[in-house]
Amino acid sequence: MAVAVIDSGVANLESVMGALRRLQADAVTTSDAAAISKASHVILPGVGAAAPAMKKLHDKNLVEVIRNLKQPVLGICLGMQLLFGHMDESEGVDGLGLIKGTVTLLPSTPNNPVPHMGWNNLMIKQPAHPLLRNVPDNSFVYFVHSYAAPVSEATLAATNYGTDFTAMAARDNFHGCQFHPERSSAVGSQILKNFLDM
Amino acid sequence: MLAKRIIPCLDVKDGQVVKGVQFRGHEVVGDIIELAQRYRNEGADELVFYDITASSDGRRVDRDWIRRISAVLDIPFSVAGGIRTIEDARTILANGADKISINSPALENPEVIDAMAREFGSQCVVVGIDSRSEGGDYFVYQYTGDASKTQATRRRTLDWVDEITKRGAGEIVLNCMNQDGMRKGYDVAQLRAVRNKTSIPLIASGGAGTAEHFAAAFNEAHVDGALAASIFHKQILSIGAVKDFLKQQGINVRQ
Repeated sequence: MAVAVIDSGVANLESVMGALRRLQADAVTTSDAAAISKASHVILPGVGAAAPAMKKLHDKNLVEVIRNLKQPVLGICLGMQLLFGHMDESEGVDGLGLIKGTVTLLPSTPNNPVPHMGWNNLMIKQPAHPLLRNVPDNSFVYFVHSYAAPVSEATLAATNYGTDFTAMAARDNFHGCQFHPERSSAVGSQILKNFLDM
Repeated sequence: MLAKRIIPCLDVKDGQVVKGVQFRGHEVVGDIIELAQRYRNEGADELVFYDITASSDGRRVDRDWIRRISAVLDIPFSVAGGIRTIEDARTILANGADKISINSPALENPEVIDAMAREFGSQCVVVGIDSRSEGGDYFVYQYTGDASKTQATRRRTLDWVDEITKRGAGEIVLNCMNQDGMRKGYDVAQLRAVRNKTSIPLIASGGAGTAEHFAAAFNEAHVDGALAASIFHKQILSIGAVKDFLKQQGINVRQ
């Protein structure tokens, strides 16, 4: 009953695997449907562009596999965006449709240039959610992204960068972090631990 | 609101942290894992590892230490030094580094910036600039890792900033050579000139000696982060003390 970290061939998995090892989790990287389906927890990382990432999931026949998962699932960064209905990036591409909403480009201004990169605060909307246990309001976490999901009823925590956007989201067993918990120091480690405790 | 970043820089040679001693090579100052963890615990927002093995003699080096760093570190880090090709960058990023930082190779072949930004995304591609103030203008220097090879490039720093921004650099580390190692403060005028030229993140480097110097770079030059080496290595200042001071000054820092 290991933790499955989905290897779609586009993301750098080393930092996520390192964070799981530090939490003594038994984790494997895999793109095998059977291994993913029987894992205790599933993590969908992602760095890069939306369309190639979705294409990889289609090519590896993982779209339906992920949609049908009943165990806790955590999308990280682009991996969270893939959980949404649609992503505006490049020509636009449909996501996994597990959380309602469209991921759009953050507005770039001289004071808030895109990509949004660095440590920013979590404005916690759903403090009782198990993923946010022992995570204080206004905690800093580490972001690197240009696209973001709007704030909705699925938002667990929002962040402001010119505009408010969803930093953490959840619907049923599907969860997402727009930031990188594996690079967000003690706060990120707590969030990953909360996920593994689900 | 984005926090202003405090970034210790560690020089690495053959997998150990070293300190340069002029004309006498380098002495080992500590274990890379121990120092990385110490800075992380003191509140560093990010670390830069400058691989001087690679830049001084150009040979291929063992980068196994990057994977060891990534395994213990839960804050972002970048690797600088001797990164020439897409394949060099790929190996370093695959070993867990969050960013790669290029300097002289970008001057030799500026198109490498476009290629790396296309391949890995701008957010991974930092361009370091060694710049010297001369006669009221600023000029880029090359091969500064080795005093005997350092040379002026005749490029104006502000022109180069403009070019690398257009080529897709995701961040600039501006090392002001007149100030480097002097601990008399960052070159706020030069940083401000660069700040007015580009909207991509700008990191101040060279000259930090007191907490006030960090505050001046943030308040007067509006940089996104400030890098320092010797004051942290020699424990003249702790990162915590710098951040306490910045917070008192109303600067947004992560604590």
